[in-house]
Amino acid sequence: MMTRVVHAVLAVAAVGLSAAAVSIFPRSILAFLLFQGSLLFVYLARIPGWLRLGLFGLALLVLMPLIGFVNGYYLEVATQVGIFVALALGLNIVVGLAGLLDLGYVAFFAVGAYSWAIVGSPHANLIFGGSGFPLPAWTFYAFLLVGLVVAAATGVLLGLPVLRLRGDYLAIVTLGFGEVIRVLANNLDKPINLTNGPRGITPISRPPTAFGVPYSEYFYFLVLAIVVVVVLANRRLEDSHVGRAWEAIREDELAAQAMGVPLVRMKLLAFACGASFAGVMGVVFSAKQVFINPESFTFLESIGVLAMVILGGMGSIPGAVLGATVVTVLNLQVLKGLSLWLNELKNAGVTVLGFSLADLPTQFEPAKYERMIFGVILVLMMILRPQGILPARRRQRELA
Amino acid sequence: MDFELLVGILPQVLIDGIILGFMYALIALGYTMVYGVLEFINFAHSEIFIVGAFVGVEILLGLKAAGLLEALPWPLLLLIVVLAGMTVSGLLAVAIERAAYRPLRGAPRLIPLISAIGVSFFLQDVIRLVESIWRNAFNLVYPTIDALNERFEITTTIDVSVKSLVVIAGALLMLWVLHALVNRTKVGTAIRAVAEDQAAASLMGIDVNRIIALTFLIGGAMGGAAGVLFGVQYGLINPYTGFVPGLKAFTAAVLGGIGNIPGAMIGGIVLGLLEAFAASYLSLLTGGAFGAEYKDIFAFSMLILILIFRPKGLLGEIVRERA
Repeated sequence: MMTRVVHAVLAVAAVGLSAAAVSIFPRSILAFLLFQGSLLFVYLARIPGWLRLGLFGLALLVLMPLIGFVNGYYLEVATQVGIFVALALGLNIVVGLAGLLDLGYVAFFAVGAYSWAIVGSPHANLIFGGSGFPLPAWTFYAFLLVGLVVAAATGVLLGLPVLRLRGDYLAIVTLGFGEVIRVLANNLDKPINLTNGPRGITPISRPPTAFGVPYSEYFYFLVLAIVVVVVLANRRLEDSHVGRAWEAIREDELAAQAMGVPLVRMKLLAFACGASFAGVMGVVFSAKQVFINPESFTFLESIGVLAMVILGGMGSIPGAVLGATVVTVLNLQVLKGLSLWLNELKNAGVTVLGFSLADLPTQFEPAKYERMIFGVILVLMMILRPQGILPARRRQRELA
Repeated sequence: MDFELLVGILPQVLIDGIILGFMYALIALGYTMVYGVLEFINFAHSEIFIVGAFVGVEILLGLKAAGLLEALPWPLLLLIVVLAGMTVSGLLAVAIERAAYRPLRGAPRLIPLISAIGVSFFLQDVIRLVESIWRNAFNLVYPTIDALNERFEITTTIDVSVKSLVVIAGALLMLWVLHALVNRTKVGTAIRAVAEDQAAASLMGIDVNRIIALTFLIGGAMGGAAGVLFGVQYGLINPYTGFVPGLKAFTAAVLGGIGNIPGAMIGGIVLGLLEAFAASYLSLLTGGAFGAEYKDIFAFSMLILILIFRPKGLLGEIVRERA
């Protein structure tokens, strides 16, 4: 009983104090990291469910938007985290639950993004002629659904021929597919200008917002809402007969087949479900960015999302959320922060052990080393803790 | 359609394709040997390959700075850089195996693959980090050696540079040595035995771990040699250059039948030729609608099609399902 009270008090204090710290030091990265850490503490603390839910609601629905008014960049970071959480949860279904290694996952994100970008900008006039485009901004909401359907259909189309392949071959084929989609996006500015090639598509319409809510806040709430839906969908799927079939396939394909699990249909379903989350987020991403080009959909992004899933724990929903948060924050804040800090030190003419930092090579920029982070995460997790930081509950029970 | 133009460029396309093909064949050997022994895709092989290219450029730039580039005869220069590239890449491959793959032996198939992807990404940025600090640049250009850039005119429109001939000869020599090593020596027999059945090989007194390390050493050395030749042939390299040739070399290995050494050579040459044809003719035949950029799509689509319709590849492969 005592521990519960202590934990509850600590959880409330952590959220409150770290939020206060952010508002007092709006430019301190450390304060914002503490705020994020407090949410992890709330998740892990032994407190009643209603309090946990309440604290999450308070932090995400009230405090985070307020922080956004103090420092807009943090809201941008939070929105990006949300986008990657949805992507990680989608890939988690394919890799974590069904055990199919998809190395071209970002292709589905691209399909969703381009499906809105093309018709939501004047670009479609080049394809269809006339001047009927961009479509009215409110159709964005309809396109959330269209993006979902198109991405899911792409997933099924890709899945149909390749799902018979063994695991490692499947990985390489999905990698090839991801590259094919990117090269297509890069080159389909002729003979018909579908994607405008490397120059990308802009301006992409944004949906109308009510009461003059600024777009940064609007997209934060939209992404948050989608993430909540995705998390709920994931939880329901995990405990449904479909989810159990996926896990059976992951553990032993032959045994699952012998028990009557329809392999092809279940694998296709996994591909389609995973792809659909990415498709929806693609639509949101294109509207949020106003501009998209193939650069946003490289192999690097696919591996980034994979690193998030692996870091958190394959097949684990909280793991995917944690992994996406940690990796995105590392990329957007820690590495960039390190770069800025180093530059400040350089400009101030600081010397370390007699070595002037101003003499550091100009090409040495910590912000550019995201591949190294992904690589270290993947290798170390595989060797030291393949089940991830927050392992899936079912796996925990197995290992216990 | 300008028929004469199409025929006229054919010999040049063939030469380009063969050079590219030997390059792929050399890289593909690393994939195929490791796959033959461990049934595992060494995703980091593309970085082992490009490390060879970086070792080569560093030595050549160093010699140039010392003013020795013009003083030494070019065959000696090439021998030095190729051997250095082979040594560093081979040892790197062994180190990677020891650190990132051996602890995972016996784990489910996807676990070492993910680790290999991690190693690949890690190495790309390590190369970048080292070169950024050392040279303040990570896009490096091979210094030109004039003797290698001389061109033979075969006809008025077709010519071959010395370096192209050197690349082809070097690749042929290495493929021949490897073939002899694997088929005629005791070590080669041991490698083939481990590939066939690890447990039985170990019962016959073969140190399986040593043979696996040796496989990585040989495959890595071939990759390193390919890296140096790649740099000599194409000039510009950066830490991320290795990825696409690596993926295509893997395609070549699969095309020839993964795990099969002659298959990798044939697959490499076939893929190189096909790609050269796609690069030159696609744009001509479609009136410019599809440019040479589609050669990548061409290679990847081929990979997908082979895996779906003939996963055994051209020369076949024995595949066992591992739980």
